Amino acid sequence: MGAIFNAQQIVNGLQVGSIYALIALGYTMVYGIVRLINFAHGDFYMLGAYAAYGAFFAFNALFVGKTGLMAFVVLIASMAAGGVIALLANRLAYKPLRYKPKLSSLITAIGVSMFLEYFLSALPAVGPSYRSFPDILPRVNINLGNAVISNYVIIDIVIAAVLMVGLTLLIKKTTLGKAMRAVSQDKDAARLMGIDIEKVIAFTFLIGGSFAGAAGLLAGMTYPRIVPYMGIQPGLKAFIAAVLGGIGNIPGAVLGAYIMGLAETFASAYNSLIGEGIAFAILIIVLLVRPRGLLGEKIADKI
Amino acid sequence: MKRLSLILVLILVAASIVTAQDIKVGGVGPVTGEAATFGVSTKNGIMLAAEEWNAKGGLFNNRKVRIIFEDDKGDPAEGATVYTKLIQQDNVVAIIGTVMSKVTLAGAPIAQAAGIPMISPTSTNERVTMVGDYIYRACFIDPFQGTVGANFAFRDLGARKAAALFDIGNDYTKGLAENFRAQFLRLGGQVVAFEGHPAGATDFKAQLTKILAGKPDVLYVSDYYNDVGLIAKQARELGFKGPMVGGDGWDSPDLVKIGGTAVENGFFTNHYAAADPRPIVQEFVKKYTAKFGAEPDALATLAYDAANIMFDAIKRAGSTKGSAIRDALKTTNLNVVSGQVTFDANRNPIKSAVIIEMKAGKQVYKTTVNP
Amino acid sequence: MKQLKLPKLLIFALIFYSAIQILYGTEILNGYILHIINQSLIYVILAVSLNLINGITGQFSLGHMGFAGVGAYVSGTISTLVFKINPSSPNGMLIFIFAIIVGGLAAAVVGFLIGFPSLRLKGDYLAIVTLGFGEIIRTVFNNIDYVGGPRGLLGIPKFSNFTTIIVAAFITLVVIRNLVESSHGRAMLAVRENELAAELVGVNTTRYKVMAFVIGAFFAGIAGGLFAHLLQMAHPTQFGFIKSVEVLIMIYAGGVGSITGSTIAAFALTFLSEGLRIGIRAIADATGLPIGGEWRMVVYSLLLIFIMLFKTEGLMGTKEAKLIRLKEVQ
Repeated sequence: MGAIFNAQQIVNGLQVGSIYALIALGYTMVYGIVRLINFAHGDFYMLGAYAAYGAFFAFNALFVGKTGLMAFVVLIASMAAGGVIALLANRLAYKPLRYKPKLSSLITAIGVSMFLEYFLSALPAVGPSYRSFPDILPRVNINLGNAVISNYVIIDIVIAAVLMVGLTLLIKKTTLGKAMRAVSQDKDAARLMGIDIEKVIAFTFLIGGSFAGAAGLLAGMTYPRIVPYMGIQPGLKAFIAAVLGGIGNIPGAVLGAYIMGLAETFASAYNSLIGEGIAFAILIIVLLVRPRGLLGEKIADKI
Repeated sequence: MKRLSLILVLILVAASIVTAQDIKVGGVGPVTGEAATFGVSTKNGIMLAAEEWNAKGGLFNNRKVRIIFEDDKGDPAEGATVYTKLIQQDNVVAIIGTVMSKVTLAGAPIAQAAGIPMISPTSTNERVTMVGDYIYRACFIDPFQGTVGANFAFRDLGARKAAALFDIGNDYTKGLAENFRAQFLRLGGQVVAFEGHPAGATDFKAQLTKILAGKPDVLYVSDYYNDVGLIAKQARELGFKGPMVGGDGWDSPDLVKIGGTAVENGFFTNHYAAADPRPIVQEFVKKYTAKFGAEPDALATLAYDAANIMFDAIKRAGSTKGSAIRDALKTTNLNVVSGQVTFDANRNPIKSAVIIEMKAGKQVYKTTVNP
Repeated sequence: MKQLKLPKLLIFALIFYSAIQILYGTEILNGYILHIINQSLIYVILAVSLNLINGITGQFSLGHMGFAGVGAYVSGTISTLVFKINPSSPNGMLIFIFAIIVGGLAAAVVGFLIGFPSLRLKGDYLAIVTLGFGEIIRTVFNNIDYVGGPRGLLGIPKFSNFTTIIVAAFITLVVIRNLVESSHGRAMLAVRENELAAELVGVNTTRYKVMAFVIGAFFAGIAGGLFAHLLQMAHPTQFGFIKSVEVLIMIYAGGVGSITGSTIAAFALTFLSEGLRIGIRAIADATGLPIGGEWRMVVYSLLLIFIMLFKTEGLMGTKEAKLIRLKEVQ
């Protein structure tokens, strides 16, 4: 069992989990407020990675030697790409269907997702081939004795934690956050209270999309290979993490993401041939025990 | 409106008169979906070959070849539809395709039943050509590369303890790994770990940590270059310093771009060496790079070879009849990029393999292995 | 009135069947079009059966192709590995029908197991669990070497043809239509509209939710079996999450809860996806633009968005065509 449950595997699991957490944060925010399974979220993540890639090669010559500045520029590029596209998707494909059956916007979300993937893949400038992602920050491996940890893992974990705290504060402490919570609970009542619902929702998409973009950048740096279809699996995992943690619950999404990462790692180490199956079985059991997610609250049914 | 449709009809009629003499050949590959990068290489290889034949005056009687290329999305159901379309709707005389064995296996019975000869550039599953006498392939079958890799690891690298990592959802990578394991054990070696990863994974550290706990001398990675680059990086990060061995899925300029220095001390079995002085190799690499802005990978090379084998057979048959082309394929003896190709009784190519070493970011020819 | 209305669908099906057979026999329709029709009909079975779970009973299943996978593998194993039949076997057709039904029953058993979480879980939570089950089923196929593992189950005899598929699709439509119009169907609709209220007026919600999963899974299993005997193979990747989403698109594009809508959408989307192949090529030939098959899905996804923006309730909404309705609705 030494090769399965050891310090290195815990580090491995935390690394996988922190990427999931970064995507799940933006996901659960949008999800909590519009209750839309946003299939395109993984594609905002992919766009973030591509925008960072493009920005790196566009500005690389300008900032030779200034690693910190370069990192800042690519971060802005990735967040802007994810945020703007999310905003556009909301305006063009989700907003017109806001008061229609919620499943109609589910289908447009699938449509947006397919469009972004196939469009980038068909576009000659991007294309369907894998691209290697540049090392924006130098890669350093830190030896902890019985485990090796890369500086990227630490960066991922720290950023996920900072964003989680920041988002929680935004939602709990600011006026905008209050408006977001109001919209999430009851759209009609919120409107009657004078809240501009569409503005709040647009803002939510902007933040959620830019988080996805940043996650794309970090994933690109950690696993230096990007492709237009790279968002499908992580998008699905973020959805699962968000539901596992309790819909709309921000610390819950992060918790869900780390549980998924660790479950996948240990399951793969235990038996890699059926690892994915075991991870899903764990997920099902958790949900059967806690049908409203790990940190979700019990809401009384209304008639 | 009426006038517009009249013009359209006239254009269509004119187009059909002009192209009536062309020989229609179907091409199939996944140009969308997660295998799209392989499909695009395949399409490029086929198109380049067709262009060259047409520049030389066509296949026979000045009849040029016209490729009708369809996307199968890497999906067996879509593959069956596309094969049916090419045969029933477009009336192609032969098909070059497709990339993945599972899709080829959905298309092959349709081609066989219709008597349309086909050649798959890259479907390595043994069952593909067993579908019938119209089905050929241009690549090695699974057992060959795994066996060659094991022999090389045991004899040339002197490894006694090996581990293997492969994609559980991909029969090509699993087939290679299984055959590697069987041969390595037969030689008297020990296989300390035999691990899989799900398709589309980017993190392989759980498996690698487990593998490295068994302290293998050599790591056999039968994945494609995109995964190999990441696996190599993560294995080195976890402290693995030994050699890695793989199959022709490694052959791509992107291997070094993704894997960087981590793929050094890596070896793989391939169809040809890019530095091979034979003019056909040099000319292909030069033309392909000039046309598509990237060096060819194994898929592009095999697609180019498969197309050349098929066009050569049509030319020798001097006919567009399926049975005539099939008979011509049987007697193929052609010099292509991956060597001098003839077919055995099971319609698999008989050709030698080379072993390539990754050295200072370049592919270096190591040795040739005959089947 | 009822006795007169019942055979209308049958008459329509017979006319459709004869028309296609005549057109195919006279070579006006080629094998390609017939193949697309066959595929569409299989998707009709998948979409209508998923509609029973998602549209009519209001549960949210994301793992429908998992059931189809069970049907495909079980029926394929019976016909190929156990009986080793081929299209010229004397009892081939009987064994094929037997295999398909056993495949459907096996899928129904799995549906029964998956129906249970639905007693505790709602909405998106249930969606995740069904998705997980679908993926587990796929992992299982990938790891059983007897049925080929990642190589797939190969060499399945080609027994599915236009006749067998249309019969199966017709039976599916009739059974599910009759179910929906029965008191059971009303109870299922009640579960969709408001589960607690349904419970209060005495509907056994547990029973109807599990029933929807079992019947939906049974027909999905039949469709999977037909698919396997059409493509002559079954492969784990055919039954993954992405494929389930394709069926999901059909029921929502067709209109939630409308059997007519699911049927039309299954045909429309299958034909659209193929028609775009020819459309894109025609545009490329006419304009000389360097566009190929890679643009097909770009157009497809845009059309999908536009359909939902302009027909927000799906093509049919919740309405049914007169042909499908059993009773006259006032």
